Amino acid sequence: MKNAAQGPIAWRSELWGSPLRALATVLLLALLAWGGFHALEWGVLNAVFRPDAEACRAMQHGACWGVVAEKWRPMLFGRFPYEEQWRPAIAVVVLSAVTVLSAWPRSWRWWLVPLWIVALLLFVLLMLGGVAGLVHVPTSRWGGLPLTIGLAVVGLALAFPLALLLALGRRSGWPVVRTLSASYIELVRGVPLISVLFMASFLLPLLWPAGWQPDVLVRVLAGLTLFVAAYLAEIIRGGLQAVPRGQTEVAMALGFGRWPVQRDIVLPQALRLVVPALTNSVVGTLKDTSLVTVVGLFELTGALGLALGGDPTWRPFYLEGYLFIAAVYWVLCFGLSRYSVWLERRLGEGTR
Amino acid sequence: MSRQASRRGAWLAWIVQALLVLAVLAGAVWVMNHALEVLRSRGVRSGFDFLTEPAGFSISEGWLDFDASQPFWRAFLAGLINTVRAAVPAAVFAIVLGTLIGIGRLAPHVLLRGICTAYVEVLRNVPLLVQLLMLAFAMANLLPDPTEPVRLLPGVWLSNGGLSVPWPASGDGGWWPTHFEWPEKGDFGVSGGAALSPEYVTIVAGLSFYSAAFVAEIVRAGILSVSQGQVLAGQALGLTPGQQLRIVILPQALRVIVPSLTNQLLSLTKNSSLAVAVGYPELVSVANTTIGSNGRAFECIAIIMAVYLLLSLLISFGMNRYNARVALRGWQ
Repeated sequence: MKNAAQGPIAWRSELWGSPLRALATVLLLALLAWGGFHALEWGVLNAVFRPDAEACRAMQHGACWGVVAEKWRPMLFGRFPYEEQWRPAIAVVVLSAVTVLSAWPRSWRWWLVPLWIVALLLFVLLMLGGVAGLVHVPTSRWGGLPLTIGLAVVGLALAFPLALLLALGRRSGWPVVRTLSASYIELVRGVPLISVLFMASFLLPLLWPAGWQPDVLVRVLAGLTLFVAAYLAEIIRGGLQAVPRGQTEVAMALGFGRWPVQRDIVLPQALRLVVPALTNSVVGTLKDTSLVTVVGLFELTGALGLALGGDPTWRPFYLEGYLFIAAVYWVLCFGLSRYSVWLERRLGEGTR
Repeated sequence: MSRQASRRGAWLAWIVQALLVLAVLAGAVWVMNHALEVLRSRGVRSGFDFLTEPAGFSISEGWLDFDASQPFWRAFLAGLINTVRAAVPAAVFAIVLGTLIGIGRLAPHVLLRGICTAYVEVLRNVPLLVQLLMLAFAMANLLPDPTEPVRLLPGVWLSNGGLSVPWPASGDGGWWPTHFEWPEKGDFGVSGGAALSPEYVTIVAGLSFYSAAFVAEIVRAGILSVSQGQVLAGQALGLTPGQQLRIVILPQALRVIVPSLTNQLLSLTKNSSLAVAVGYPELVSVANTTIGSNGRAFECIAIIMAVYLLLSLLISFGMNRYNARVALRGWQ
């Protein structure tokens, strides 16, 4: 099915090799030219790039990128106090830097764990303030990109140990543990994330002692963690199954105990096998954070509604706003999925 | 390990497991009691008795007519039917579009491959909710009024009032359809045929376009899993490329495709719950409205979860039956 030959010479025969192909080429080129021309006309030639609402309203058939020029700060940082927005900006840079560093297999060493703890503490410190002369900003005013990235990263970090326990539990020799883990995983994977978020936002408050209301951010994070853990557990289980049983038997024969076998022999191999699948799950979680807007948190999607919904001047240009945040999500998710492909190849090299 | 020690180990395992069961049960009972107590102290009644009371809100669309005087259970039923009414057409469109795009991604034509790849990479990497909200905004604000609809195809009209398509109708008022009714444009908009609301069009189109990107990847992986020798054998027998695809490649690719496709259909069904964000009255939306009107969060969320678990089970069951039919039989 797939053509072995690649490159310009193969392309020429693909494009003009037979009358049918030539016809397809002409039709597709016409379609691309038509679409490309309209996109260029709308997005660039007729577009207004200045934050000028008058010019935007006066223009016909063009994009108003002025809405992004005017509103990019509330879109990216939500209701975070305007003068303090350097803090979420640095917080995002810190988290992204640590993430990029962890993405490099050569830095998979023990010091990554304390580094992550320091980075997360720094993130919370910068966002929350209240110490070191920083103004305190309550979590209800957090929003935009730091919330999107923070929820995804912290949710995944908290979900991972839970997922590990669930995956090991599902393969446990103890029937009770196996049944409990399997039921939890199947139950959570069978329901939509939105119902888990509803549960977190409506039901968790009922369980806390009266007088102490848990923060909505904490509740949503708890829901997201419980949800993501079930999916990660299945991925890890796949990795555990892929490690040959012989390895466990050899290690047992050499006198390793039950837990050292898992910790030193099975898990390192299993996790290495599922890194690409885990990366895909990271993309999914990053996209799923957009759902928290349904229960009233203003991450990127919610922050857009906040920035434009209440402002009659700019409300007509919602589409440009959506395209802007879609582009932000796209860059993050596409980057991650490219990374996943690269990593798969790199990890594959060693084993073949 | 001596026999005595291993017996002691087995006893220990059973004791730990029994304690675990007790702990889980005790935790569940405490959570339930505590939640009920808090609810009672706030003056919220609990239990499923509300299901027979009049709902007090109406549902604007769907196959089951529902007005405010009817009981809640009928509202939930109408919501569930609306969920199915959105998910089933979305699944059909997603599979058709996804299969075409998946085949297109491997086509021996660089432009076609490029367009299909761009489609997959763009739609897969933007959250569905953002795509749905964008579509909903475009439907409401960028399309003309119902009095000046756009003609997409003969008999298919689109405006910010929704989509009108030809639909089977019965001429003599009987149950069985006898002819197609074609929508016609009048002075006050389009009449006749099936009028689909903008919310419905948004959720079906959004779900199909998004899921099609994933189906395309599944189909591509399935086709690539068929060995090159099979294609060569097909060529040697003198089959045309279309025949090779239809007779040789796709039937074998199905074995790889169906299990992943099942996952994708499950996720599509669960994703239909996002319709709550664009105002389509499906199950989650009905539950959300109910929680807002009587505060029975616990019961409503339990209903949502139970229904989705049931739907998941049904889809898994059906797809597993289908999988057993396409799976390789005999030697392997």
